[in-house]
Amino acid sequence: MKKLPLSQMPALYAAMAQGGALYLPVDNAAGDAQFTRWQEGMELSRALNTVRSAKDFFFPQTENLVSFRMQGKTIEIIDPRTEGEDFVLFGVRACDARSFTILDKVFLADPVDSYYKSRREHGTVVTLACTRPEETCFCQSFGIDPADPEGDAACWLTEDALYITARTAKGEALLARLDGLLEDADPAPVEAQKAQTAAILAKLPLAQFTTRSFGGDVLMKAFDSPKWASLSEACLGCGTCTFVCPTCQCYDIRDFDTGHGIQRYRCWDSCMYSDFTKMAHGNPRTSQLERFRQRFMHKLVYFPANNDGEYGCVGCGRCLAKCPISMNIVKVAKALEGDVHE
Amino acid sequence: MQSQLIERAKALLADGTVDRVLGWKAGEFAYDMTPALFSSAQELDEGFAYDAFCGANLSKYLVKESRKGGRVLAFLKPCDTYSMNQLLKEHRILRENVYLIGVPCQGKTDVETLRALGITSITAARQEGEDLVVETLYGQRRIPLAEAMAERCKACKGKKHMIYDERIGEEGELENPDRFGQVAALEAMSSEERFAFWRGELSRCIRCNACRNVCPACTCEQCVFDNPASGVDNKAAATSFEENMFHIIRAFHVAGRCTDCGECSRVCPQRIPLHLLNRKFIKDINTFYGEYQAGEEAEGRTPLTAYTEGDVEPSVVYTKGGND
Repeated sequence: MKKLPLSQMPALYAAMAQGGALYLPVDNAAGDAQFTRWQEGMELSRALNTVRSAKDFFFPQTENLVSFRMQGKTIEIIDPRTEGEDFVLFGVRACDARSFTILDKVFLADPVDSYYKSRREHGTVVTLACTRPEETCFCQSFGIDPADPEGDAACWLTEDALYITARTAKGEALLARLDGLLEDADPAPVEAQKAQTAAILAKLPLAQFTTRSFGGDVLMKAFDSPKWASLSEACLGCGTCTFVCPTCQCYDIRDFDTGHGIQRYRCWDSCMYSDFTKMAHGNPRTSQLERFRQRFMHKLVYFPANNDGEYGCVGCGRCLAKCPISMNIVKVAKALEGDVHE
Repeated sequence: MQSQLIERAKALLADGTVDRVLGWKAGEFAYDMTPALFSSAQELDEGFAYDAFCGANLSKYLVKESRKGGRVLAFLKPCDTYSMNQLLKEHRILRENVYLIGVPCQGKTDVETLRALGITSITAARQEGEDLVVETLYGQRRIPLAEAMAERCKACKGKKHMIYDERIGEEGELENPDRFGQVAALEAMSSEERFAFWRGELSRCIRCNACRNVCPACTCEQCVFDNPASGVDNKAAATSFEENMFHIIRAFHVAGRCTDCGECSRVCPQRIPLHLLNRKFIKDINTFYGEYQAGEEAEGRTPLTAYTEGDVEPSVVYTKGGND
């Protein structure tokens, strides 16, 4: 365990930004935390979490995959990628840190997504322990400890110091770069903070919430539940839940005709959208009920069935806070629990 | 008030006036009401809620609900009745299949508004006289309800319902708030400043389409931006400027029809003040065509759909816009 006094934070940021980029949560014009490329004078947001999750850095909302240029009867294939820059993501919370593990299972499984993989390799994730979880938090339901987050390196902010420890080789390398700033630390204040946060976690309204009844074994019971009708009836079919979600990973690949060639791009998709998985024959899910059901079946049933019981949710609470009609995975899981238990 | 609404809904279900009830359903916390249908007295008792957090405008749901057979009871706050009228004017709701009860409203708050006031981690909330008392994980907060109100409620058009079959509570009064102060401030900026303001605000857009999908004026069965066959479908924009233009185009599309219900800004996860675009159009229509409030009536012509000899010419619009 190492530490540095809070007065040295600007120097720490400068050191982290050296040789690449540093992104950290900074308050935007609306007063909300947003991962922002660090520049001199920027301060870490005091908000618990960012509106957009940290997945954007590995799985951006849009990216060009390849372009094709027509010249006479020949087609030139152009890979738009350039060598990516190394970057540090600082201030990632435990929930978002776990989301990378989930995204890895999708994008790093065979066939490996080389676009995603390259960004993962260039990024170093520095997490920050939570001290003031909110009522919408339920990461502990997924075995995540927000007071002791994963990541390449983990940090704890106390009243007078930042404590930091490396957890991976990448984290060790980062700490080696910061060595001049850091001093050896007694971990006692960190242990005290963990105990204090644990006491708050036990009192959270969703502390007892669990998705353990769900998984591949209850596939048809969950799918056939009559409750989907009422759960989905007010859904606006917008993409808010999917776009603020750190684990939603569905995308669309389309071709844009530039007039003299084709730009093939990938962009986030939302199962809530009417043209989600639309194919030549039409759309396999023609009602909002089916689209709504897809999102929760994916997170609670299909994903764990295919990934050793890991759910497609980290309990960050963003969908609870942001859904325009306040419908979310907690309400859905609680409503379906009786049906899958039968 | 909540129990009064429940009792009336039960009576109308029991005597067969309506087959189901559209209202707000209590959630996990004190503030997360979901629009919901209730079809029995038991369902109403179990979940129906009406309080300071029931901000969602239910009128747009009636486009579909009025076509599902039977008759649906909908509770509408004063501002929701403007949307209702506008939807009727556009022949989007089958009037005979809905039964409307106007409910009083003292202004609504929501969790985002409270968050902006520094109140987070809410575990309970209740009204005590003129105050909102909020229990949080980190202690109690007390705030005058007037301060906790959503921005749109601070510019409330009034407590008078524009349409209803019956009303609960006394008839309210129209109010004349200053709705255009922020628009005037934007107009006073140089075009470069204004451009920078909107580029900055709209840069946060994640294109979730919540603003469009909640908007009672956006009732196209399929939006051109969602239609792969339209040639302008827009799941991803080519540039950030194209992305910004989505909001400007949408504001043009709802101009003259937007009642200023404020749902767009309420639902925006990035808190972009989208209502200011709409208010600019409302202000311009007032300037060029005379005072007009969309949704005041369910019938009749509107400034942008009617021709009169007194209509301003494009050149007049240009000069009245301050470009002389």
